[in-house]
Amino acid sequence: MTRASTPAPLLEVQRLTVAYTRAGRSYDAVRQVSLTVQQGESYGLVGESGSGKTTLALSVMRYLPRSAAVRGGRVLLNGADLLTLDAKAMRRIWGRRIAFVPQDPHTSLNPSMRIGQQLGEGLSTDGLDQRQARQRALSLLADVHLPDPPRIAECYPHQISGGMRQRVLIAMAISREPQLLVMDEPTTGLDTTTQASILDLIRDLVRRRSMSILYVSHNLGVVAQMCDRVAVMYAGELLEDAPAARLYARPLHPYTQGLLDSVPRLGQNKRRVRLRGVAGRPPSPAETRSGCVFLARCPLAIDLCNDAPTLFETAEGHTARCHRWKEIEAGSADPRQPASRKAGPPRTPTIGREVLALQDVQVHFPLRRSLADVFSRRIRRVRAVEDVSLSIERGFALGLVGESGSGKTTLGLTILGLVERTSGEIHLLGKPLPSVIAGRSPGTLARMQMIFQDVDESFVPTMSIAEILRRPLIRLSGSPPDEASSKAISLLEAVHLPPEFADRFPSELSGGERQRVAIARAFASKPEVLVADEPISSLDVSVQAAVLNLLNDIQVVRDSGLIFISHDLAVIGYISDVIAVIYLGRLMQVAPAAEIFEPPYHPYTEALLSAIPLIDPRGKQERIRLQGDAPSPVDVPRGCPFHTRCPRFLGNLCKEVDPPEQRTASGGMIRCHISLDELKAVQPRVFAFSSPVEGSG
Amino acid sequence: MSASQGGRSRFRQAVAILFQQRSSAIGTSITLIFVLAALFGPVVAPYGLNQQLTSATFQPPSLAHWFGTDQLGRDVFSRVLLGARDILAFAGVGTLLAIILGATIGLFSGYTGGVVDEIIMRAFDGLLALPAMLLALLLLASLASSDLSVIIVLVVVYTPIVARVVRSVVLSVKELAYVRAARLQGEGLGWILYRAILPATYPALAVEGALRFSYAIFLIASLGFLGIGFQPPSDNWGMMVSDARQLTSAAPWALYFPAAAIAVVVVGVNLLADGLKRIAQTPPDPRS
Repeated sequence: MTRASTPAPLLEVQRLTVAYTRAGRSYDAVRQVSLTVQQGESYGLVGESGSGKTTLALSVMRYLPRSAAVRGGRVLLNGADLLTLDAKAMRRIWGRRIAFVPQDPHTSLNPSMRIGQQLGEGLSTDGLDQRQARQRALSLLADVHLPDPPRIAECYPHQISGGMRQRVLIAMAISREPQLLVMDEPTTGLDTTTQASILDLIRDLVRRRSMSILYVSHNLGVVAQMCDRVAVMYAGELLEDAPAARLYARPLHPYTQGLLDSVPRLGQNKRRVRLRGVAGRPPSPAETRSGCVFLARCPLAIDLCNDAPTLFETAEGHTARCHRWKEIEAGSADPRQPASRKAGPPRTPTIGREVLALQDVQVHFPLRRSLADVFSRRIRRVRAVEDVSLSIERGFALGLVGESGSGKTTLGLTILGLVERTSGEIHLLGKPLPSVIAGRSPGTLARMQMIFQDVDESFVPTMSIAEILRRPLIRLSGSPPDEASSKAISLLEAVHLPPEFADRFPSELSGGERQRVAIARAFASKPEVLVADEPISSLDVSVQAAVLNLLNDIQVVRDSGLIFISHDLAVIGYISDVIAVIYLGRLMQVAPAAEIFEPPYHPYTEALLSAIPLIDPRGKQERIRLQGDAPSPVDVPRGCPFHTRCPRFLGNLCKEVDPPEQRTASGGMIRCHISLDELKAVQPRVFAFSSPVEGSG
Repeated sequence: MSASQGGRSRFRQAVAILFQQRSSAIGTSITLIFVLAALFGPVVAPYGLNQQLTSATFQPPSLAHWFGTDQLGRDVFSRVLLGARDILAFAGVGTLLAIILGATIGLFSGYTGGVVDEIIMRAFDGLLALPAMLLALLLLASLASSDLSVIIVLVVVYTPIVARVVRSVVLSVKELAYVRAARLQGEGLGWILYRAILPATYPALAVEGALRFSYAIFLIASLGFLGIGFQPPSDNWGMMVSDARQLTSAAPWALYFPAAAIAVVVVGVNLLADGLKRIAQTPPDPRS
């Protein structure tokens, strides 16, 4: 089978089928999947929720839940089938040969055990005595670059940050020098800057210890940066498998192409490029289907696709499960429309079109006082938002980007009056806006609406879609009830949903469909300003583009102002006309979208840009890593709030003095002590793609 | 269109869920039997509540007298059967009022928060610090003995408990996006509390309601046993047990059957509570 010249593969999954049984019905979560991980290789497994990627990883680990059963296939580690081993034999494999890094660092550590103890526990089975185990634990903590290992070893999990916990989990996984690490979304849920340093760590470990990795993720950028070879899974089947550079440069499966076209690249903007995305809804696991699994959503489907395609070997080491791969490779079948450009350069803000203006808005929350605080007469406050001044123009999108705890969501809620501001003024259409909703008239409420991050929690679960859409029409637009019903239907049509959806309940809709309803509800009262808080981050990658396009289209047609809140600078860069970067409640930089990707940047923006995993394995990126974690908003550092982590820290000036707001030529702002010319002189362009990003058509 | 149709399929779905698991199937059956007894007891009972068969005292259970007779020749089966109506009705009405009042207070207190919430909850803590029985005795001592007093007792004893349970759900729900969306739509307090938040408390309310109902039966029986709040001649099972205490050797069945009735109905309703929780947690059947 294997040629003599190639070394034996480390892991071979052969025609693996895994089925779940739920409520008496059984369905395949993984169907006939084969893949091979070589010694020292990083193998990426990309897929959306329900694609079976995690199930596959768990079957390799023999960690499947009781409801799942392997229906066929083999999992060979160094040629021996793991699926036939009993628990005792597996105990010799776990940790020593393969180890698992779970997704959630919050629930994967025992909360009542010190870090050092937890690490040592696994080691003690190797015959180390207590002192040796402790020594080894400390050196492992140092290996994963945790500062001050003796102190960390004494901590309980809740005393350290999420990023640190993830490092501890990695330390545990490598503690017995396994040959293969299986990682299930190890950086999902971490901030971008933290993610970047964790990825650095993993790459470093792999190189130094020549470990192999099976890396499971939904994030195309992370996989591009981490893996040598990438496989794409969809509805339990493996659709494409190729070396990373090849897969990203010349994807042959329409689904892979769709995925890659669903996420904006760093520097792309909606005014010039329209995201393509993948039509339709992700398959539900219970669906039975014949033919190609991607048939229902494929833009290139033909009659032949009713027969299930096999994996075709399109080139040495590149397989694709598509009947039309030859045409796709030759370029005669291309799902990508010629990039539909919109005429004209990005619009620049014009005076007099301002709909919303914030002036020195400040939001502080008092902390619940403890007895100690009472005695020391301290008043501790969370300084969530500090002196923010911004304005939003009609038809324009303002992107608010920041990491968790930066105050970006609080700022959004404050604008809407869901959180009371401590001081500052907000004007809507020139009129001062009362601080909280209770003081605002229905007319004012109608002018400002919101789309929420969590689509599962956006609707009262017991209310039909029709009722959900009727309420804002009746309450805010004053429509009589019978008229509201017909308007609700036209709202559904406006977000490209069939009118039958009116009778359905939120639980019957997919995530993308629910977010469309949320957009319809938000636009029902014809708002002048819309706040969208991470509206796509809880959605599957393939439906993100459609929701983003829809939001964008409606906003432009209605000529309303949009405040788009996100942690993802690529998405922000795509949707926004003006971008505001927020750190610990302060605006660090405000710039037109095109300018944020060119020096001079604020040093924090620079760090954010360099932390984003580019969706291009051969893309070039400046490597700037922030030290430590962001300080708590309860103890915001004096001077520049960023000085504790700033890669361009000057010294006492930054520590003591609040930096000035420097104006750029285009009307942007950078809050820094370093002059703009100096910044521009020292800062390189942070990233570059291997091929031009725009103009794919 | 299909509101009634939807309601009917929802009902069928609920029944299916109840009978899916053996425990809740048993609980449902027991509860159903007692409810039927309460409804049709007077029609079915072979003898009257206090009808004395002077020729047949101290009869052990037999075909003529399924549960035997007591020292006065009263048919124990008829007495237990006829006793079901009052005890279930009192417990039912008391629990229902406590649920309505408790849910309203819990919704308002939890959603409003702040000082109002603090005052209401501390007051309820005070009430809850007293054992239910002690609180009941205190109240009955100060109220005139009447049927109404018993219901007042149940409401006072159970409202704080229901309010606390509802409030805890409200606290976890009130910061969710849909409540925020409702506020942004300018919805009034009533709409937000009853249309947006209340449905989220249904699983907790269903369980709490069934549990309170079973404890209410227990409490009424206990009060009857102590002879407080009820005047003989009464058909309270607790009072029957109390009356039959002296008969443990002569006619133990007169003691056992009413006692068993109390125990069985309490267990049955508790098992039903489990099933109700599962119904409340199941979303409506998606139409195909």
